[in-house]
Amino acid sequence: MDLIVREVSHRYGELRALEAVSLAVQAGETLALIGPSGCGKSTLLGIMGGLLEPSAGEVLTSGPLPEGCLNPFTYIFQDFALLPWRTVEGNVSLALEHHGLGAGERAERVASALALCGLVEFAHAFPKQLSGGMRQRVGIARAIVVRPALLFLDEPLSALDAQTRELLMEDLLAIWARERTTSIYVTHNLQEAVRLADRICVLSRRPGRVKEIVEVEVPREERANAEHARALAELQGRLWDLIRDEAAVADREMQDA
Amino acid sequence: MPETRPVAFRGGGFNPAGRRGASWIAFAAIIAAWQLSSSSGLLPALFMPSPLSVVEALARRVETGALTRHLAASLQRIALGWAVGTLGGLAIGTAMGIFAVARSIGLPVTSALFPIPKIALLPLLILWFGIGEPSKVATIALGVLFPTIISTYTAIDGVPRNLIRMGQSFGLPAAMIVWKILLPGALPGILSGFRISSSIALILVVAAEMIGAEHGIGAFILAAGNLMQTDQLVAGVVLLSLLGLAVSFGLSRLERWLLRWR
Ligand SMILES: Nc1ncnc2c1ncn2[C@@H]1O[C@H](COP(=O)(O)OP(=O)(O)OP(=O)(O)O)[C@@H](O)[C@H]1O
Ligand SMILES: [Mg+2]
Repeated sequence: MDLIVREVSHRYGELRALEAVSLAVQAGETLALIGPSGCGKSTLLGIMGGLLEPSAGEVLTSGPLPEGCLNPFTYIFQDFALLPWRTVEGNVSLALEHHGLGAGERAERVASALALCGLVEFAHAFPKQLSGGMRQRVGIARAIVVRPALLFLDEPLSALDAQTRELLMEDLLAIWARERTTSIYVTHNLQEAVRLADRICVLSRRPGRVKEIVEVEVPREERANAEHARALAELQGRLWDLIRDEAAVADREMQDA
Repeated sequence: MPETRPVAFRGGGFNPAGRRGASWIAFAAIIAAWQLSSSSGLLPALFMPSPLSVVEALARRVETGALTRHLAASLQRIALGWAVGTLGGLAIGTAMGIFAVARSIGLPVTSALFPIPKIALLPLLILWFGIGEPSKVATIALGVLFPTIISTYTAIDGVPRNLIRMGQSFGLPAAMIVWKILLPGALPGILSGFRISSSIALILVVAAEMIGAEHGIGAFILAAGNLMQTDQLVAGVVLLSLLGLAVSFGLSRLERWLLRWR
Protein backbone atom coordinates (compact mmCIF):
# COMPACT_ATOMS: atom_id res chain seq x y z
CA MET A 1 0.00 0.00 0.00
CA ASP A 2 1.31 3.48 -0.88
CA LEU A 3 1.30 6.27 1.67
CA ILE A 4 1.13 9.91 0.64
CA VAL A 5 1.88 12.71 3.09
CA ARG A 6 0.62 16.02 1.79
CA GLU A 7 1.66 19.38 3.26
CA VAL A 8 1.55 18.14 6.83
CA SER A 9 2.32 20.69 9.55
CA HIS A 10 2.08 20.17 13.25
CA ARG A 11 2.39 22.38 16.26
CA TYR A 12 2.32 21.64 19.97
CA GLY A 13 0.82 24.81 21.34
CA GLU A 14 3.28 27.51 20.28
CA LEU A 15 5.98 25.03 19.28
CA ARG A 16 6.16 24.31 15.57
CA ALA A 17 7.24 20.70 15.20
CA LEU A 18 6.62 20.06 11.48
CA GLU A 19 6.28 22.46 8.59
CA ALA A 20 4.66 21.50 5.28
CA VAL A 21 6.09 18.01 5.00
CA SER A 22 5.24 16.19 1.78
CA LEU A 23 6.51 12.79 0.79
CA ALA A 24 5.33 9.55 -0.74
CA VAL A 25 6.17 6.04 0.36
CA GLN A 26 5.80 3.37 -2.31
CA ALA A 27 4.39 -0.07 -1.65
CA GLY A 28 7.08 -2.55 -0.67
CA GLU A 29 9.84 -0.05 0.06
CA THR A 30 11.54 0.86 3.29
CA LEU A 31 11.94 4.57 3.87
CA ALA A 32 14.27 5.72 6.60
CA LEU A 33 13.54 9.00 8.35
CA ILE A 34 16.53 10.77 9.84
CA GLY A 35 17.14 14.23 11.26
CA PRO A 36 18.52 16.04 14.28
CA SER A 37 16.93 15.17 17.61
CA GLY A 38 13.65 16.91 18.31
CA CYS A 39 13.01 17.69 14.65
CA GLY A 40 9.65 15.94 14.66
CA LYS A 41 10.39 12.43 13.42
CA SER A 42 8.23 10.72 16.02
CA THR A 43 5.54 13.32 15.48
CA LEU A 44 5.53 12.63 11.75
CA LEU A 45 5.38 8.89 12.34
CA GLY A 46 2.46 9.31 14.72
CA ILE A 47 0.62 11.41 12.16
CA MET A 48 1.28 8.92 9.37
CA GLY A 49 -0.31 6.06 11.31
CA GLY A 50 -3.28 8.01 12.67
CA LEU A 51 -2.12 8.23 16.30
CA LEU A 52 -1.75 12.02 16.10
CA GLU A 53 -3.95 14.53 14.36
CA PRO A 54 -1.90 16.96 12.23
CA SER A 55 -2.55 20.68 12.66
CA ALA A 56 -2.68 20.99 8.87
CA GLY A 57 -2.34 18.79 5.84
CA GLU A 58 -3.44 15.23 5.21
CA VAL A 59 -2.20 11.68 4.94
CA LEU A 60 -3.61 9.44 2.22
CA THR A 61 -3.19 5.84 1.18
CA SER A 62 -3.73 4.11 -2.10
CA GLY A 63 -3.61 0.55 -3.27
CA PRO A 64 -4.99 -2.71 -1.90
CA LEU A 65 -4.46 -4.08 1.59
CA PRO A 66 -2.33 -7.22 1.83
CA GLU A 67 -4.24 -10.45 2.22
CA GLY A 68 -5.29 -11.23 5.78
CA CYS A 69 -4.41 -7.73 6.98
CA LEU A 70 -6.06 -6.98 10.34
CA ASN A 71 -4.36 -3.73 11.34
CA PRO A 72 -3.16 -1.73 8.34
CA PHE A 73 -1.03 0.77 10.29
CA THR A 74 1.16 -1.02 12.79
CA TYR A 75 3.91 0.25 15.06
CA ILE A 76 7.06 -1.19 16.54
CA PHE A 77 8.14 0.85 19.55
CA GLN A 78 11.51 1.94 20.82
CA ASP A 79 10.66 0.82 24.36
CA PHE A 80 8.96 -2.36 23.09
CA ALA A 81 5.64 -1.51 24.86
CA LEU A 82 5.06 -5.09 25.98
CA LEU A 83 2.52 -5.92 28.67
CA PRO A 84 4.65 -7.28 31.53
CA TRP A 85 1.81 -9.43 32.87
CA ARG A 86 1.35 -11.31 29.62
CA THR A 87 3.61 -14.03 28.32
CA VAL A 88 5.33 -13.71 24.96
CA GLU A 89 2.47 -15.60 23.39
CA GLY A 90 -0.10 -13.47 25.20
CA ASN A 91 1.56 -10.27 24.07
CA VAL A 92 1.47 -11.37 20.45
CA SER A 93 -2.10 -12.59 20.63
CA LEU A 94 -3.22 -9.27 22.19
CA ALA A 95 -3.13 -7.79 18.70
CA LEU A 96 -5.59 -10.41 17.44
CA GLU A 97 -8.01 -10.91 20.30
CA HIS A 98 -10.50 -8.20 19.34
CA HIS A 99 -10.80 -9.31 15.73
CA GLY A 100 -13.14 -12.22 16.33
CA LEU A 101 -10.92 -14.85 14.76
CA GLY A 102 -11.55 -18.48 15.68
CA ALA A 103 -9.30 -19.84 18.42
CA GLY A 104 -7.67 -22.14 15.89
CA GLU A 105 -6.77 -19.45 13.40
CA ARG A 106 -5.51 -17.18 16.15
CA ALA A 107 -3.24 -19.85 17.59
CA GLU A 108 -1.98 -20.63 14.11
CA ARG A 109 -1.14 -17.00 13.36
CA VAL A 110 0.57 -16.51 16.70
CA ALA A 111 2.58 -19.68 16.27
CA SER A 112 3.80 -18.71 12.81
CA ALA A 113 4.75 -15.19 13.95
CA LEU A 114 6.67 -16.63 16.90
CA ALA A 115 8.42 -19.08 14.59
CA LEU A 116 9.37 -16.31 12.17
CA CYS A 117 10.96 -14.31 14.98
CA GLY A 118 12.70 -17.25 16.62
CA LEU A 119 10.57 -17.06 19.74
CA VAL A 120 9.02 -20.54 19.84
CA GLU A 121 10.90 -21.71 22.91
CA PHE A 122 10.09 -18.45 24.75
CA ALA A 123 6.34 -18.60 24.10
CA HIS A 124 5.49 -18.97 27.79
CA ALA A 125 8.14 -16.66 29.21
CA PHE A 126 7.28 -13.26 30.71
CA PRO A 127 8.96 -10.16 29.24
CA LYS A 128 11.10 -9.58 32.35
CA GLN A 129 12.77 -12.94 31.72
CA LEU A 130 13.94 -11.90 28.25
CA SER A 131 16.92 -9.92 27.03
CA GLY A 132 16.33 -6.60 25.29
CA GLY A 133 16.84 -8.16 21.89
CA MET A 134 14.29 -10.89 22.58
CA ARG A 135 11.82 -8.32 23.87
CA GLN A 136 12.03 -6.37 20.67
CA ARG A 137 11.57 -9.61 18.73
CA VAL A 138 8.28 -9.98 20.61
CA GLY A 139 7.42 -6.45 19.48
CA ILE A 140 8.21 -7.43 15.91
CA ALA A 141 6.20 -10.66 16.16
CA ARG A 142 3.23 -8.72 17.53
CA ALA A 143 3.47 -6.37 14.57
CA ILE A 144 3.72 -8.96 11.82
CA VAL A 145 0.99 -11.17 13.27
CA VAL A 146 -1.60 -8.64 12.07
CA ARG A 147 -0.06 -8.61 8.54
CA PRO A 148 0.26 -4.82 8.38
CA ALA A 149 0.07 -2.82 5.19
CA LEU A 150 2.41 -0.22 6.66
CA LEU A 151 4.94 -0.81 9.38
CA PHE A 152 6.11 2.17 11.45
CA LEU A 153 9.31 1.69 13.41
CA ASP A 154 10.34 4.46 15.82
CA GLU A 155 14.01 3.85 16.66
CA PRO A 156 13.28 0.17 17.23
CA LEU A 157 16.88 -0.75 17.95
CA SER A 158 18.14 2.25 19.88
CA ALA A 159 17.49 0.69 23.29
CA LEU A 160 19.74 -2.24 22.39
CA ASP A 161 23.48 -2.77 22.49
CA ALA A 162 25.50 -2.76 19.28
CA GLN A 163 25.77 -6.52 18.91
CA THR A 164 22.10 -7.19 19.50
CA ARG A 165 21.30 -4.38 17.08
CA GLU A 166 23.36 -6.09 14.40
CA LEU A 167 21.48 -9.37 14.90
CA LEU A 168 18.09 -7.69 14.85
CA MET A 169 18.93 -5.80 11.68
CA GLU A 170 19.56 -9.13 10.00
CA ASP A 171 16.24 -10.42 11.31
CA LEU A 172 14.41 -7.37 10.03
CA LEU A 173 16.01 -7.72 6.62
CA ALA A 174 14.98 -11.38 6.48
CA ILE A 175 11.40 -10.52 7.43
CA TRP A 176 11.20 -7.72 4.87
CA ALA A 177 12.62 -10.00 2.19
CA ARG A 178 9.78 -12.42 2.90
CA GLU A 179 6.83 -10.18 3.58
CA ARG A 180 7.72 -7.10 1.56
CA THR A 181 5.95 -4.91 4.09
CA THR A 182 6.04 -1.21 3.32
CA SER A 183 8.01 0.31 6.19
CA ILE A 184 8.97 3.67 7.59
CA TYR A 185 11.97 3.50 9.85
CA VAL A 186 12.93 6.36 12.15
CA THR A 187 16.50 6.27 13.39
CA HIS A 188 19.35 8.36 14.72
CA ASN A 189 21.81 5.84 13.47
CA LEU A 190 23.04 6.60 9.94
CA GLN A 191 24.57 3.16 9.63
CA GLU A 192 21.18 1.57 10.29
CA ALA A 193 19.56 3.82 7.72
CA VAL A 194 22.14 2.96 5.09
CA ARG A 195 21.87 -0.77 5.80
CA LEU A 196 18.09 -1.09 5.91
CA ALA A 197 16.47 1.57 3.75
CA ASP A 198 15.70 1.86 0.06
CA ARG A 199 15.43 5.61 0.41
CA ILE A 200 16.41 7.95 3.18
CA CYS A 201 14.45 11.09 3.95
CA VAL A 202 16.48 13.76 5.74
CA LEU A 203 14.50 16.22 7.86
CA SER A 204 15.77 19.63 8.83
CA ARG A 205 15.98 20.93 12.37
CA ARG A 206 12.74 21.94 14.08
CA PRO A 207 10.34 22.80 12.58
CA GLY A 208 11.02 19.70 10.53
CA ARG A 209 10.89 20.02 6.76
CA VAL A 210 12.01 17.55 4.13
CA LYS A 211 15.54 18.59 3.36
CA GLU A 212 16.50 15.90 0.93
CA ILE A 213 15.51 12.38 -0.07
CA VAL A 214 18.47 10.16 -0.86
CA GLU A 215 18.26 6.85 -2.66
CA VAL A 216 20.53 3.99 -1.58
CA GLU A 217 21.73 2.60 -4.90
CA VAL A 218 23.23 -0.67 -3.66
CA PRO A 219 20.59 -3.45 -3.55
CA ARG A 220 19.71 -4.44 -0.02
CA GLU A 221 20.87 -8.04 -0.30
CA GLU A 222 24.35 -6.95 -1.39
CA ARG A 223 25.03 -4.31 1.22
CA ALA A 224 26.90 -6.69 3.48
CA ASN A 225 29.40 -7.40 0.67
CA ALA A 226 32.85 -5.86 1.05
CA GLU A 227 32.89 -4.40 -2.46
CA HIS A 228 30.08 -1.98 -1.54
CA ALA A 229 31.55 -0.95 1.79
CA ARG A 230 33.13 2.16 0.31
CA ALA A 231 30.06 3.39 -1.51
CA LEU A 232 27.97 2.92 1.63
CA ALA A 233 30.53 4.67 3.82
CA GLU A 234 30.54 7.58 1.38
CA LEU A 235 26.78 7.77 1.47
CA GLN A 236 26.87 7.75 5.27
CA GLY A 237 29.38 10.60 5.14
CA ARG A 238 27.13 12.56 2.83
CA LEU A 239 24.16 12.11 5.16
CA TRP A 240 26.26 13.24 8.09
CA ASP A 241 27.29 16.38 6.21
CA LEU A 242 23.61 17.06 5.61
CA ILE A 243 22.60 16.97 9.26
CA ARG A 244 25.83 17.76 11.08
CA ASP A 245 25.48 21.51 11.53
CA GLU A 246 21.83 21.33 12.38
CA ALA A 247 22.40 18.48 14.82
CA ALA A 248 24.93 20.65 16.62
CA VAL A 249 22.44 23.51 16.88
CA ALA A 250 19.59 21.22 17.91
CA ASP A 251 21.79 19.76 20.61
CA ARG A 252 22.23 23.20 22.19
CA GLU A 253 18.54 24.04 22.06
CA MET A 254 16.57 24.20 25.30
CA GLN A 255 13.86 21.58 25.59
CA ASP A 256 10.63 23.30 26.41
CA ALA A 257 8.54 20.15 26.44
CA MET B 1 57.51 -4.03 43.46
CA PRO B 2 56.01 -1.10 45.45
CA GLU B 3 54.14 -1.74 48.66
CA THR B 4 50.49 -2.92 48.17
CA ARG B 5 47.45 -2.14 50.26
CA PRO B 6 44.05 -3.90 50.04
CA VAL B 7 41.05 -1.83 48.93
CA ALA B 8 38.72 -1.67 51.92
CA PHE B 9 35.15 -2.92 51.35
CA ARG B 10 32.58 -0.20 52.06
CA GLY B 11 29.51 -1.35 50.13
CA GLY B 12 27.76 -3.20 52.98
CA GLY B 13 24.47 -2.47 54.77
CA PHE B 14 21.31 -0.72 53.57
CA ASN B 15 20.01 -3.99 52.24
CA PRO B 16 17.08 -5.06 54.41
CA ALA B 17 16.53 -8.58 53.14
CA GLY B 18 13.95 -10.55 55.12
CA ARG B 19 15.52 -12.79 57.75
CA ARG B 20 13.42 -15.91 58.09
CA GLY B 21 12.68 -16.80 61.67
CA ALA B 22 13.72 -13.43 63.08
CA SER B 23 10.09 -12.37 63.41
CA TRP B 24 9.17 -15.58 65.26
CA ILE B 25 12.04 -15.19 67.67
CA ALA B 26 11.04 -11.58 68.37
CA PHE B 27 7.43 -12.59 69.00
CA ALA B 28 8.47 -15.41 71.31
CA ALA B 29 10.85 -13.15 73.24
CA ILE B 30 8.21 -10.46 73.79
CA ILE B 31 5.62 -12.99 74.99
CA ALA B 32 8.15 -14.72 77.23
CA ALA B 33 9.20 -11.41 78.81
CA TRP B 34 5.54 -10.53 79.34
CA GLN B 35 4.81 -13.90 80.95
CA LEU B 36 7.89 -13.57 83.17
CA SER B 37 6.90 -10.10 84.38
CA SER B 38 3.40 -11.37 85.16
CA SER B 39 4.54 -14.49 87.04
CA SER B 40 7.10 -12.56 89.02
CA GLY B 41 4.39 -10.11 90.11
CA LEU B 42 5.90 -7.14 88.30
CA LEU B 43 2.69 -6.73 86.27
CA PRO B 44 -0.46 -6.77 88.46
CA ALA B 45 -3.02 -9.14 86.88
CA LEU B 46 -5.78 -6.55 87.16
CA PHE B 47 -3.99 -4.10 84.85
CA MET B 48 -2.32 -6.57 82.53
CA PRO B 49 -3.20 -10.26 82.51
CA SER B 50 -0.48 -12.78 81.74
CA PRO B 51 -0.35 -14.43 78.30
CA LEU B 52 -1.36 -17.74 79.85
CA SER B 53 -4.52 -16.33 81.39
CA VAL B 54 -5.34 -14.64 78.09
CA VAL B 55 -5.06 -17.99 76.32
CA GLU B 56 -7.23 -19.54 79.01
CA ALA B 57 -9.84 -16.83 78.61
CA LEU B 58 -9.84 -17.35 74.86
CA ALA B 59 -10.17 -21.12 75.25
CA ARG B 60 -13.08 -20.74 77.65
CA ARG B 61 -14.94 -18.49 75.20
CA VAL B 62 -14.30 -20.88 72.35
CA GLU B 63 -15.78 -23.71 74.41
CA THR B 64 -18.98 -21.85 75.20
CA GLY B 65 -19.32 -20.88 71.54
CA ALA B 66 -19.50 -17.21 72.46
CA LEU B 67 -16.31 -16.43 70.61
CA THR B 68 -17.49 -17.95 67.35
CA ARG B 69 -20.68 -15.92 67.58
CA HIS B 70 -18.80 -12.66 68.12
CA LEU B 71 -16.25 -13.46 65.45
CA ALA B 72 -18.89 -14.43 62.91
CA ALA B 73 -20.84 -11.22 63.53
CA SER B 74 -17.73 -9.07 63.01
CA LEU B 75 -16.51 -10.99 59.98
CA GLN B 76 -19.87 -10.69 58.30
CA ARG B 77 -19.91 -6.93 58.77
CA ILE B 78 -16.34 -6.59 57.55
CA ALA B 79 -16.91 -8.75 54.49
CA LEU B 80 -20.04 -6.92 53.44
CA GLY B 81 -18.77 -3.41 54.19
CA TRP B 82 -15.39 -4.02 52.62
CA ALA B 83 -16.91 -5.53 49.49
CA VAL B 84 -19.35 -2.66 49.00
CA GLY B 85 -16.70 0.00 49.66
CA THR B 86 -14.14 -1.72 47.45
CA LEU B 87 -16.50 -2.16 44.50
CA GLY B 88 -17.56 1.46 44.74
CA GLY B 89 -13.97 2.64 45.13
CA LEU B 90 -12.78 0.61 42.16
CA ALA B 91 -15.56 1.96 39.95
CA ILE B 92 -15.09 5.59 40.99
CA GLY B 93 -11.30 5.37 40.99
CA THR B 94 -11.25 3.84 37.52
CA ALA B 95 -13.59 6.50 36.20
CA MET B 96 -11.33 9.17 37.71
CA GLY B 97 -8.32 7.54 36.08
CA ILE B 98 -9.97 7.67 32.65
CA PHE B 99 -12.35 10.60 32.36
CA ALA B 100 -11.30 14.21 32.84
CA VAL B 101 -14.74 15.19 34.15
CA ALA B 102 -14.80 12.40 36.72
CA ARG B 103 -11.34 13.46 37.82
CA SER B 104 -12.10 17.13 38.24
CA ILE B 105 -15.22 16.31 40.27
CA GLY B 106 -13.79 13.35 42.14
CA LEU B 107 -10.50 14.80 43.35
CA PRO B 108 -11.84 17.71 45.42
CA VAL B 109 -14.79 15.67 46.71
CA THR B 110 -12.47 12.86 47.79
CA SER B 111 -10.08 15.29 49.44
CA ALA B 112 -12.97 16.84 51.34
CA LEU B 113 -14.52 13.59 52.53
CA PHE B 114 -11.48 11.36 53.07
CA PRO B 115 -10.22 13.02 56.28
CA ILE B 116 -13.58 12.79 58.07
CA PRO B 117 -13.35 10.00 60.64
CA LYS B 118 -16.12 7.75 59.40
CA ILE B 119 -17.03 6.70 62.92
CA ALA B 120 -18.18 10.27 63.48
CA LEU B 121 -20.82 9.65 60.85
CA LEU B 122 -22.20 6.58 62.60
CA PRO B 123 -24.87 8.48 64.57
CA LEU B 124 -26.04 10.02 61.32
CA LEU B 125 -26.02 6.65 59.60
CA ILE B 126 -27.98 5.19 62.52
CA LEU B 127 -30.57 7.92 61.99
CA TRP B 128 -30.80 6.96 58.33
CA PHE B 129 -30.58 3.19 58.49
CA GLY B 130 -31.59 2.35 62.07
CA ILE B 131 -29.45 0.85 64.79
CA GLY B 132 -29.10 -2.56 63.08
CA GLU B 133 -26.61 -3.97 60.63
CA PRO B 134 -26.90 -1.52 57.71
CA SER B 135 -25.54 1.44 59.64
CA LYS B 136 -22.44 -0.55 60.71
CA VAL B 137 -21.87 -1.94 57.24
CA ALA B 138 -22.29 1.55 55.77
CA THR B 139 -19.67 2.94 58.18
CA ILE B 140 -17.18 0.32 57.07
CA ALA B 141 -18.06 0.77 53.40
CA LEU B 142 -17.54 4.54 53.65
CA GLY B 143 -14.24 4.06 55.45
CA VAL B 144 -13.04 1.68 52.74
CA LEU B 145 -14.40 3.70 49.83
CA PHE B 146 -12.06 6.70 49.90
CA PRO B 147 -8.69 5.00 50.28
CA THR B 148 -9.75 2.59 47.53
CA ILE B 149 -10.70 5.48 45.25
CA ILE B 150 -7.33 7.09 45.83
CA SER B 151 -5.25 3.95 45.37
CA THR B 152 -7.18 2.89 42.25
CA TYR B 153 -7.00 6.31 40.69
CA THR B 154 -3.30 6.68 41.42
CA ALA B 155 -2.56 3.18 40.15
CA ILE B 156 -4.45 3.76 36.88
CA ASP B 157 -2.72 7.09 36.48
CA GLY B 158 0.60 5.32 36.86
CA VAL B 159 0.07 2.85 34.02
CA PRO B 160 2.60 3.88 31.37
CA ARG B 161 0.97 5.97 28.64
CA ASN B 162 2.94 4.18 25.96
CA LEU B 163 1.05 0.96 26.71
CA ILE B 164 -2.24 2.75 26.05
CA ARG B 165 -0.85 4.16 22.83
CA MET B 166 0.26 0.68 21.88
CA GLY B 167 -3.27 -0.59 22.45
CA GLN B 168 -4.66 2.19 20.30
CA SER B 169 -2.13 1.51 17.57
CA PHE B 170 -3.41 -2.06 17.35
CA GLY B 171 -6.97 -0.84 17.16
CA LEU B 172 -8.11 -2.15 20.55
CA PRO B 173 -11.56 -0.79 21.45
CA ALA B 174 -11.60 1.54 24.46
CA ALA B 175 -13.26 -1.04 26.70
CA MET B 176 -10.53 -3.54 25.86
CA ILE B 177 -7.85 -0.98 26.64
CA VAL B 178 -9.39 -0.54 30.09
CA TRP B 179 -9.86 -4.24 30.68
CA LYS B 180 -6.65 -5.61 29.22
CA ILE B 181 -4.18 -2.78 29.78
CA LEU B 182 -5.30 -0.27 32.43
CA LEU B 183 -6.75 -2.58 35.06
CA PRO B 184 -4.02 -5.26 34.99
CA GLY B 185 -1.42 -2.50 34.96
CA ALA B 186 -3.06 -0.91 37.99
CA LEU B 187 -3.41 -4.19 39.87
CA PRO B 188 -0.23 -3.88 41.97
CA GLY B 189 -1.34 -0.48 43.26
CA ILE B 190 -4.90 -1.67 43.80
CA LEU B 191 -3.71 -4.67 45.80
CA SER B 192 -1.50 -2.60 48.05
CA GLY B 193 -4.54 -0.37 48.56
CA PHE B 194 -6.37 -3.48 49.81
CA ARG B 195 -3.88 -3.72 52.66
CA ILE B 196 -4.82 -0.27 53.88
CA SER B 197 -8.55 -0.67 53.33
CA SER B 198 -8.70 -4.03 55.10
CA SER B 199 -7.03 -2.54 58.17
CA ILE B 200 -9.47 0.35 58.09
CA ALA B 201 -12.37 -2.11 57.91
CA LEU B 202 -11.01 -3.90 60.98
CA ILE B 203 -10.64 -0.66 62.92
CA LEU B 204 -14.10 0.56 62.00
CA VAL B 205 -15.94 -2.67 62.74
CA VAL B 206 -14.67 -2.61 66.32
CA ALA B 207 -15.51 1.06 66.74
CA ALA B 208 -18.99 0.57 65.30
CA GLU B 209 -19.65 -2.44 67.50
CA MET B 210 -18.63 -0.47 70.56
CA ILE B 211 -21.34 2.08 69.86
CA GLY B 212 -24.25 -0.24 69.52
CA ALA B 213 -24.09 -3.96 69.05
CA GLU B 214 -24.95 -7.11 70.93
CA HIS B 215 -22.44 -9.33 69.18
CA GLY B 216 -19.09 -8.70 67.61
CA ILE B 217 -15.52 -8.43 68.82
CA GLY B 218 -15.97 -4.75 69.63
CA ALA B 219 -19.01 -5.48 71.80
CA PHE B 220 -17.11 -8.33 73.45
CA ILE B 221 -14.16 -6.11 74.34
CA LEU B 222 -16.40 -3.32 75.61
CA ALA B 223 -18.38 -5.71 77.81
CA ALA B 224 -15.20 -7.19 79.24
CA GLY B 225 -13.88 -3.70 79.96
CA ASN B 226 -17.05 -2.67 81.74
CA LEU B 227 -16.74 -5.72 84.01
CA MET B 228 -13.00 -5.18 84.51
CA GLN B 229 -12.36 -8.63 83.04
CA THR B 230 -8.96 -7.69 81.71
CA ASP B 231 -8.07 -11.22 80.64
CA GLN B 232 -11.06 -11.29 78.30
CA LEU B 233 -10.43 -7.76 77.17
CA VAL B 234 -6.88 -8.59 76.15
CA ALA B 235 -8.11 -11.86 74.64
CA GLY B 236 -10.37 -9.81 72.35
CA VAL B 237 -7.49 -7.53 71.39
CA VAL B 238 -5.29 -10.54 70.62
CA LEU B 239 -8.07 -11.91 68.47
CA LEU B 240 -8.11 -8.65 66.46
CA SER B 241 -4.40 -8.82 65.99
CA LEU B 242 -4.67 -12.43 64.80
CA LEU B 243 -7.40 -11.40 62.39
CA GLY B 244 -5.17 -8.64 61.01
CA LEU B 245 -2.33 -11.11 60.57
CA ALA B 246 -4.58 -13.57 58.76
CA VAL B 247 -5.83 -10.91 56.36
CA SER B 248 -2.30 -9.72 55.67
CA PHE B 249 -1.16 -13.30 55.05
CA GLY B 250 -4.06 -13.92 52.67
CA LEU B 251 -3.30 -10.73 50.76
CA SER B 252 0.36 -11.68 50.45
CA ARG B 253 -0.62 -15.01 48.93
CA LEU B 254 -3.04 -13.28 46.58
CA GLU B 255 -0.35 -10.81 45.51
CA ARG B 256 2.20 -13.51 44.93
CA TRP B 257 -0.25 -15.38 42.73
CA LEU B 258 -1.72 -12.45 40.81
CA LEU B 259 1.59 -10.60 40.39
CA ARG B 260 3.78 -13.59 39.55
CA TRP B 261 4.85 -11.74 36.37
CA ARG B 262 6.83 -9.21 38.41
N1 LIG C 1 3.21 15.94 23.40
C1 LIG C 1 4.03 16.99 23.16
N2 LIG C 1 3.76 18.19 23.66
C2 LIG C 1 4.57 19.25 23.44
N3 LIG C 1 5.70 19.19 22.72
C3 LIG C 1 6.04 18.01 22.19
C4 LIG C 1 5.23 16.84 22.40
N4 LIG C 1 5.82 15.80 21.76
C5 LIG C 1 6.93 16.30 21.21
N5 LIG C 1 7.07 17.62 21.44
C6 LIG C 1 8.15 18.48 20.95
O1 LIG C 1 8.06 18.52 19.56
C7 LIG C 1 9.32 18.42 18.96
C8 LIG C 1 9.38 17.23 18.05
O2 LIG C 1 9.24 16.05 18.83
P1 LIG C 1 9.46 14.60 18.26
O3 LIG C 1 9.37 13.66 19.39
O4 LIG C 1 8.55 14.38 17.12
O5 LIG C 1 10.96 14.70 17.72
P2 LIG C 1 11.93 13.53 17.31
O6 LIG C 1 12.56 13.94 16.05
O7 LIG C 1 11.24 12.22 17.32
O8 LIG C 1 12.96 13.61 18.49
P3 LIG C 1 13.96 12.49 18.99
O9 LIG C 1 15.05 12.48 17.99
O10 LIG C 1 14.41 13.01 20.32
O11 LIG C 1 13.21 11.21 19.07
C9 LIG C 1 10.32 18.33 20.10
O12 LIG C 1 10.87 19.59 20.30
C10 LIG C 1 9.51 17.91 21.28
O13 LIG C 1 10.04 18.48 22.45
MG1 LIG D 1 11.48 10.40 18.52
